[in-house]
Amino acid sequence: MSAPQDRTDDGGVPVPVTPAGATGGAPAELPPSSPAGRGMFGDQGTGDVSGYGGLVRPQRSIEAATRPYGGYFDEVTDALEEAYPAFGEAIEKVVVDRGELTLHIRPERIAEVCQVMRDDLSLRFELLSSVSGVDYLGADARRLHVVYQLTSMTYRRQVRLETAVSAEDPHLPSVTSVYPTADWQEREAYDMFGVIFDGHPGLTRILMPDDWEGHPQRKDYPLGGVPVEYKGAEIPPPDRRRSYQ
Amino acid sequence: MSASNYATERETAEGKVFTVTGGDWDVVLSGTDPINDERIVVNMGPQHPSTHGVLRLVLELEGETVRELRSVVGYLHTGIEKNMEFRNWVQGSAFVTRMDYLAPLFNETAYALAVEKLLGIEEQITERATTIRVLMMELNRISSHLVWVATTAMELGAINMMLYGFREREYVLEIFELITGLRMNHAYVRPGGVAQDVPDEAIAKIRDFLKLMPKKLAEYEKMLSGQPIWLERTQNVGVLDATGCLALGVTGPVLRSAGLAWDLRKTMPYCGYETYEFDVPTHTDGDVWGRYLVRLAEIRESLKLVEQAVDRLRPGPVMVADRKIAWPAQLAIGVDGMGNSLEHVAKIMGQSMESLIHHFKLVTEGFRVPPGQVYVGIEAPRGELGVHAVSDGGTRPYRVHYREPSFVNLQALPAMAEGGLIADVIAGGASLDPVMGGCDR
Repeated sequence: MSAPQDRTDDGGVPVPVTPAGATGGAPAELPPSSPAGRGMFGDQGTGDVSGYGGLVRPQRSIEAATRPYGGYFDEVTDALEEAYPAFGEAIEKVVVDRGELTLHIRPERIAEVCQVMRDDLSLRFELLSSVSGVDYLGADARRLHVVYQLTSMTYRRQVRLETAVSAEDPHLPSVTSVYPTADWQEREAYDMFGVIFDGHPGLTRILMPDDWEGHPQRKDYPLGGVPVEYKGAEIPPPDRRRSYQ
Repeated sequence: MSASNYATERETAEGKVFTVTGGDWDVVLSGTDPINDERIVVNMGPQHPSTHGVLRLVLELEGETVRELRSVVGYLHTGIEKNMEFRNWVQGSAFVTRMDYLAPLFNETAYALAVEKLLGIEEQITERATTIRVLMMELNRISSHLVWVATTAMELGAINMMLYGFREREYVLEIFELITGLRMNHAYVRPGGVAQDVPDEAIAKIRDFLKLMPKKLAEYEKMLSGQPIWLERTQNVGVLDATGCLALGVTGPVLRSAGLAWDLRKTMPYCGYETYEFDVPTHTDGDVWGRYLVRLAEIRESLKLVEQAVDRLRPGPVMVADRKIAWPAQLAIGVDGMGNSLEHVAKIMGQSMESLIHHFKLVTEGFRVPPGQVYVGIEAPRGELGVHAVSDGGTRPYRVHYREPSFVNLQALPAMAEGGLIADVIAGGASLDPVMGGCDR
């Protein structure tokens, strides 16, 4: 096994292919397959003589759904369209996958949409279950996605709202005024991904120390770790190990 | 001439400031209220016996009254979510089990359900595996609630309850050890099923536990429920109504103690909970007392569920049949003390080249999960435990986010404690049942 310092960026392996969904316009359908869908062993330095290094795996793309969406999804989208005049402008895409409805929202509209989703009598998404960030580095120019899980206790429905912002301009409105529970969860997304929620009452780090630099869960932030010696052999840290992708 | 000419006062950000020119001390003193104006800031934690781990509370006190409370979390952040992105999907269960260490089987089951949904194999999970999951989760709910009643009682001064609660929890942990091999951090529920079948001794032990526990519950109630100090410390303390709970995203026993019977096992069933007979206990006061009653009643409901699950166990596989996903199960302890399956080893080494290849691929590389994202929410002892899992089509999670009830519920502490007495901060905080391992992940 080569020492991690020896690795070079191209070990004679084919150039990365553009993963499906890397358009930069609409939000990415898919995260990039690990180093751009190339190779099997995740190894970039040593000569991979197995022949698998050139394999490019086809990606199943997740298409925007067409009506009827099925289940309660049509009712929810209809109700939102009726209650929210700017529907056509604010909704970038509707995706139905694995029995879940995802509405891709323009970032500047997210707080408005949440307000309608909560207050409209035929929607009634009273509970914001979860806010989380995902970094689609390499698949989307607006790489930082923020995902909101809404739950309607009245109708027992769940809907996911997804927005995307770029790392250069990671601003979107905070939904804390609609859902106070977003307070800590937005702080976590800021802490881990550097997404800035405008209008948040106190957007500070929450899990990392206050003086921490960088946003640890971004994909270009290294995992860190030191090599350890075990029975005479040096084991590299997890992100440097030669492994399958 | 009025006295104020001698000592002019002005308001600043730090409070009233008097410019004293001398000989006017009476004016100065009359302008301040020695009891109410003196605010002190107390830092409670992160090392404090009543903060359930490393939670830090910054309290601004006026006498014994809490005026402001801010919680500081993150002391137990271990980067589990980030670490999982560097391990394969199966290894993820060994990470998530360490988040909320009092409810490891819930973390694992939520994760397994999410991965299975991503794989699209929910229908293939065997009846027995699902029943075992329900059985383990409900036993775990009992042990988690026992720790809650034990620690909360201790923090409010009832040390004896602490000992009894942990004693019975130990019984549950022994059952876990019999089944999974470990008391905590089991990595038992895996994507595709469970790691091991339940041995017969464990069933006998569970049946003993089912006989023992109702008696113990009656003892706890005798000890606490009519106890004047316990009543004083819990009734009308840490009140949070249903509106407050929903706004702050609080779920679980705290929400149910405010009167809303929201329990994902009933409202959005998973693991076949809709086929079991059980009730969702609620209370109307929304105080610590209500949460105590709700949790004790939930232990009783969990006992019912455990009993039904044990009765339902029929022999059968505990892993999906798909050999590209199923880890070779049915391990036994070998001479080297490691888990091994001699039958499986004999097969892959002696008879089937394909099995060997599959085994090698599965162990070194892991299985691939088709790209996409899912969210799965289950009812953990503390509330809604949600997993948002994203796959890029590879053998490792692209992103796994846990919606931890401890993390979300802790936001409600200022709403409960501000304006109350400092002693009630302990009761209110404990009634949320935060586990910092889960909160900080």
